[in-house]
Amino acid sequence: MDAFLQLTVSGLSTGMIYALAAVGFVVIYKASDVINFAQGDLLLFGTYLIFFGIVQLGLPWTLGVLLTLVLAAGLGLLVERTVLRPLVGEPIISMIMVTIGLSSVLRALANALWGAQPRTFPSFLPSGEVRIGTAVVGADRLIAIPLALVLLGALALFFRRSRDGVAMRAIADDQLAALSMGISIPRVFAVAWALAAVTAAVGGMMLGSIVGVSQSVAVVGLRVFPVVILGGLDSIGGAVLGGAIIGLLEVYTGAYIGHGLNLIVPYILLIVVLMIRPYGLFGKEIIERV
Amino acid sequence: MSRSEPAASSEPLLALENVEVLYDDVILVLRGLSLRVEPGSIATLLGSNGAGKTTTLKAISGLLEVEDGAVTDGAIRFDGHEIQGLAADRIVRRGIFQVVEGRRVFEHLTVRENLIAGAYTRRDRGRLAEDMDAVYEYFPRLAERSAQAAGYLSGGEQQMLALGRALMARPRLLLLDEPSLGLAPLLVEGIFEIIRRINEESGTTILLVEQNARIALSIADFGYVMEGGRIVLEGTADELRGNEDVREFYLGLGEVGRRSYRDVKHYRRRKRWLS
Repeated sequence: MDAFLQLTVSGLSTGMIYALAAVGFVVIYKASDVINFAQGDLLLFGTYLIFFGIVQLGLPWTLGVLLTLVLAAGLGLLVERTVLRPLVGEPIISMIMVTIGLSSVLRALANALWGAQPRTFPSFLPSGEVRIGTAVVGADRLIAIPLALVLLGALALFFRRSRDGVAMRAIADDQLAALSMGISIPRVFAVAWALAAVTAAVGGMMLGSIVGVSQSVAVVGLRVFPVVILGGLDSIGGAVLGGAIIGLLEVYTGAYIGHGLNLIVPYILLIVVLMIRPYGLFGKEIIERV
Repeated sequence: MSRSEPAASSEPLLALENVEVLYDDVILVLRGLSLRVEPGSIATLLGSNGAGKTTTLKAISGLLEVEDGAVTDGAIRFDGHEIQGLAADRIVRRGIFQVVEGRRVFEHLTVRENLIAGAYTRRDRGRLAEDMDAVYEYFPRLAERSAQAAGYLSGGEQQMLALGRALMARPRLLLLDEPSLGLAPLLVEGIFEIIRRINEESGTTILLVEQNARIALSIADFGYVMEGGRIVLEGTADELRGNEDVREFYLGLGEVGRRSYRDVKHYRRRKRWLS
């Protein structure tokens, strides 16, 4: 039973990190229909930026986190302005393909700036262990769960209540109508990319704090696909639930069925979901009036 | 009644002077169109399919750009300032709001969220609740359904929402494109009654594009008839209602009985040469 609880906490914390990466992906998809293949690399930049702040600049962790968030937002804006903006109005497939190129560029850039060897930084998440009943779980993993949930909740609220959030969803629904009410599409796309980069950076920081800083973090970004396909490409709630399910599925499979299988089980699930419910658990249905 | 007769001396809120519009750099859609809309009035733009009515509205609101159209000659003046070529969001901020044809509500947003989206450019955001109440007062049906996804509203309710969304922006000039499209006659009456009230109660100037000339002229102060990208006839609503050509071709009240399509074509061609 202890092992099960430990696995559950570990799976959920990984799942919430997936959710943070996935939610950025969802935000970009919602605003512009673009599938961002560079989402994992935004995650990667999150881990390297916090390393840069805390270790290379020697900042206290609070300032390091703040700097990471600011730089990540800047990176998102820069990418939107220089790579995506010139393609507005082109077929959506062009924008999707350019994110694949972007992914390589970002990864190479991280490699050039920080090298390929794995790094670590002093964790800013509380270290030590927490006893729950008879189980012992890492405090850093435990705290990652509520932290991510709060952030995701704030994001959901942003989409329901705020002017830019509603505008983003409006653009996704009907671009011409959105334009007719003075909603500026470039501005909304820019906000979407900044948000995506920031949520990914938060996920990246947590990941870096738990498992260390290395290029392999970007691979975690690949998990975004099973997560969003399961949850629905355009649903934040779906990203959270999808993240939790994939995270748990991975650890349970690894522990109870066979190590190694945990790496492919998310993609098996992806195929199954696509076959029986292609818009995911919470994906947008097509509204038809009768 | 705030019927302002267009007089040459008064300053119009909106003036189009010899406006020419090209699509894709080659297709000439407006050929030297001129019209004026007096502050506080309702003007209507009549004409058949393809005459260029919607293009005229889009030229004013800046939405032309999305469709690779551009104003290539002439001037569009709003409140004395030239606005042709400005981006759509800048034009909305100046106080012109186009309700696009076919309602185009945001289907997955709730009624309330649609209204919030309409107020996107407003600076005095503290007064949104007040304005939302005003919209709900015009359209009680929307209040009942404020938490519902707009995609599930009926056609009439969606048209109400499209109008309500426009009101949230507090425009000085409201451009309406075929508000009667696809609605049952009784609903059309209701919608036009509200349009008249909006004009009367808030003083919002309205430029109305309509196929349904009878109902448009019933609330308008002044009207223009378009053919082939230019104005072929203009006058007060009363004058147009009395005009024989208008009676015959737009109101279906001809006294000589039904005419053949060939005669109609002939009429159009004649009008084009005359103008």
